[in-house]
Amino acid sequence: MVEPDWNPWRRLLALPNESRTKTIVVAFLVASICALLVSGATVLLRPIQTANRAAEEQTRVDALVRGIPGMTDLLTQSGGTLSTVVIDLENGHAASGVTVDSLDVVLADTSNWTTLGPGTDLAGLGQRPNFAQIFLLRGGDDISLVLLPVTGLGYGGRIDAILALRGDMNTIEGIAITSHSETPGIGGRIEEPSWQAGFPGVELRDETGDLRFAVARAQASGPYEVDGITGATRTGRGITNMLRFWLGPDGYGPLIRAIERGEF
Amino acid sequence: MATRVDFWATLTDPLIRQNPVTLQILGICSALAVTTSLATALTMSVSLTVVLTLSAVIISLIRRHIPESIRLIVQIIIVASLVIVIDQVLQAYFAEISRALSIYVSLITTNCLVLGRTEAYARHHAPFTAAVDALGNGLGYSLVLLVIGAVRELFGRGQLFGWQAFPVTDAGGWFTPLGLMLLAPSAFFLLGGLVWAIRSWRPEQVEAQEHLPPARTRPAE
Repeated sequence: MVEPDWNPWRRLLALPNESRTKTIVVAFLVASICALLVSGATVLLRPIQTANRAAEEQTRVDALVRGIPGMTDLLTQSGGTLSTVVIDLENGHAASGVTVDSLDVVLADTSNWTTLGPGTDLAGLGQRPNFAQIFLLRGGDDISLVLLPVTGLGYGGRIDAILALRGDMNTIEGIAITSHSETPGIGGRIEEPSWQAGFPGVELRDETGDLRFAVARAQASGPYEVDGITGATRTGRGITNMLRFWLGPDGYGPLIRAIERGEF
Repeated sequence: MATRVDFWATLTDPLIRQNPVTLQILGICSALAVTTSLATALTMSVSLTVVLTLSAVIISLIRRHIPESIRLIVQIIIVASLVIVIDQVLQAYFAEISRALSIYVSLITTNCLVLGRTEAYARHHAPFTAAVDALGNGLGYSLVLLVIGAVRELFGRGQLFGWQAFPVTDAGGWFTPLGLMLLAPSAFFLLGGLVWAIRSWRPEQVEAQEHLPPARTRPAE
């Protein structure tokens, strides 16, 4: 007579494959091990990926700056680099006590984020940070260029971009899309230089001060519009809303007025 | 197993005689999408071969304990997890190439080649044999990708691995790049040509005609 085996593992393995217990246990084990594997890889590799993305964003900012005519000359005049400023979005002044290095730590604290109400949340973000890192370029005493990082919601997910504004704070000098997840070949074309070439010279506000910027449905008409991308209506609307939000009162509006007053 | 497995044949058969792409026409979608340059084709080949081999070994190890009713789900979960891990590794260490490959690495999960090998072979064979078979199939896939990638990059840009093989006219050379080679249709043409070339060389690969044209009958007078 064979002794009954009390080792649960061996008893499980000895079960017929079709038994309900074994099916459930095998499914559970495979799923758990795979989950561990995937989350382990993600967590271990995240620091390297973040560093990669930061480096990529830096090259995009550099490319954006280099692509602006006359920019290289300006840069060499002003010492070769842009000055980086962390600003308080609430009042548009330079943030006190928050530096570029401590910005990540500060923004990890949810109390430094402002929840956006349905009426004000044009870009569909839900909340926005209270502090933002911007880049300024001075020509002489005046600001000649401002680089503003912006975030919005496109068709496939978040769109991150950097908007370059001329010193008059009303004319776009260029845009760089730093990350997006739009459909390749349709909305994904926002990362193509040919589409981004439509931005320089586009104006944001009319004489009365209303924000008029928009991505057109088709061809741009008037000085406030950029050509739309065929088949990417929702991506275009996302870009419109993103820039309208960030240039409006809840975004960089206070900063823009502060720069216009000559506070920077 | 009663018969001894010929490992060398298992490894080399899928290269040309049983090539998964040209004979079984599996994994076409990614073969078309990532072959615009040799660097992306090579990365994709290595990723697929690694995923295929690892999943074959894992599935072969647990082959006696996979319940029949959930075997496809178990296989897909294992393949998908390996693909995510590979994708994360690529994003961390080969960020540039990972961007060029975009979604196609994640789509290895749905590559019929991987599931086809695990389902048809690894489920019935010992881990080592399964690994050899998977490696052979991965290499067969890689061979096709590299051939098409080399032709497309050479004639589309005059380059090989980014090195300027032909001086292009823009830079004062004699070679005018064929823009078509960088578009998806050219991969279809090349793949079709490759299949035709292999089947003319090895006529035993030609499939039997599925439909015979109706016999001509003389119209009744």
